[in-house]
Amino acid sequence: MRDALPRPVCARLPALFDALFPGVERRLEVEAATVAELVDALEARWPGMRDRICDSRPEIRKHINVFVDGRRVRLDTPLAPGADVFILTAISGG
Amino acid sequence: MTGTVQVLLGTKKGVFILESDAARVAWDLRGPYCETWPINHVIADPATGALYGAGGNAWFGPAVWRSTDGGTTWTHSSRGLAYAAGEEPVASVWSLAMGHGRLYAGVEPAGLFVSDDDGETWSHVEGLQNTPSRPEWNPGGAGLILHSLVLHPDDPKQIWVGISAAGVFHTADGGATWEPRNRGTRADFMPEGQNYPEHGQCVHCLVMAPGRPARLYQQNHCGMYRSDDGGRSWASVEEGLPSSFGFPAAVHPRDPERLFLVPLNGDTAGRYMPDAKAAVWRTDDGGGAWTAAREGLPQQNAFFNVLRQALATDRLAPAGVYFGTGSGEVYASRDEGAAWKRIAEHLPTISSVETFVATV
Repeated sequence: MRDALPRPVCARLPALFDALFPGVERRLEVEAATVAELVDALEARWPGMRDRICDSRPEIRKHINVFVDGRRVRLDTPLAPGADVFILTAISGG
Repeated sequence: MTGTVQVLLGTKKGVFILESDAARVAWDLRGPYCETWPINHVIADPATGALYGAGGNAWFGPAVWRSTDGGTTWTHSSRGLAYAAGEEPVASVWSLAMGHGRLYAGVEPAGLFVSDDDGETWSHVEGLQNTPSRPEWNPGGAGLILHSLVLHPDDPKQIWVGISAAGVFHTADGGATWEPRNRGTRADFMPEGQNYPEHGQCVHCLVMAPGRPARLYQQNHCGMYRSDDGGRSWASVEEGLPSSFGFPAAVHPRDPERLFLVPLNGDTAGRYMPDAKAAVWRTDDGGGAWTAAREGLPQQNAFFNVLRQALATDRLAPAGVYFGTGSGEVYASRDEGAAWKRIAEHLPTISSVETFVATV
């Protein structure tokens, strides 16, 4: 059951979002109980951001990593109050 | 004629734009745009000059980019550009076409989307997925991609698509139902005796003759073809060409009999210029006879290819013809393909070439 109280987590967004979402804050506090709720909140604030983080399955994109406490997480992973959530681009290129 | 000509380049690392006055002698290069995303196709709205770039990024997925200031600034959207939850997601956007006030996008895995708000939001044209042969479609070397999009100039309900390697399909009801239109095109890669299937051909590029909607041309993995009945039947027009294999085809802006090709040496022979000598081949009679233009093109050690969307004409008179290579060079002709000049080099792999002429 979801806690009725606000559960702010600290989200850190990829540097490449500066160009994709002009004016974006790359470090912000968000009320979210799961990674999916965090993505919902980011989408509400910067429309289109969900599509850059998640595919339509829906899952976190193959070359995007979301880390909490040093571990890769999924959309359904619960977030503890105060968690540090890093959304990062994976090593990729060509 | 006064005005400017833009040659729009989709590359593996962003959009580039070459710009000249109507003389088409001196060219300036701008770019890269779209944050160096792989861009498969760039087109201009002929009415407004708004630019649209289709692509997909390994990190961030598919999107259509848009610029309304000549390419200086771009925004991106993929809102609605998605299959249903649980299905294989859209990986990349491969082709764009604009007509009748709508913007269409062909994607990988093969499907068609449409936007009625200049690419801000998209709707899935689901009828194509309901085509009976859909479970049997197989990808070509670049994936299961919808790379050719041809809109009827007068009838908004008619669309032709080219899918590798499923073949050509046509709708007459705005996308609700589709039928394969591959009769007469070969599938040499199928077992003996099964080389003319109803679908499964590896179409490489599909184009429509100007002013004659029933006249289509297609460069196929296995031959060069012409249709005079909207694709219901195809006839080989490859006699006289150095190879039956190539990727792009480009029509003349006004003459339906005239077509430009860049054949490669063969699908198992390296896929570069025949004899490593670059040439653009042209017909003036709908494929009856072909001639090669070589003036200004490298005639030794030309081991480059030209991809399926990387050959285009402009609408000036005489028409300009342009192609981009896999090794990042752009060649241009301002005399209907007779003489050529290299106008850019050292670019990323060029996926597409289109033109926009703004007259003053």
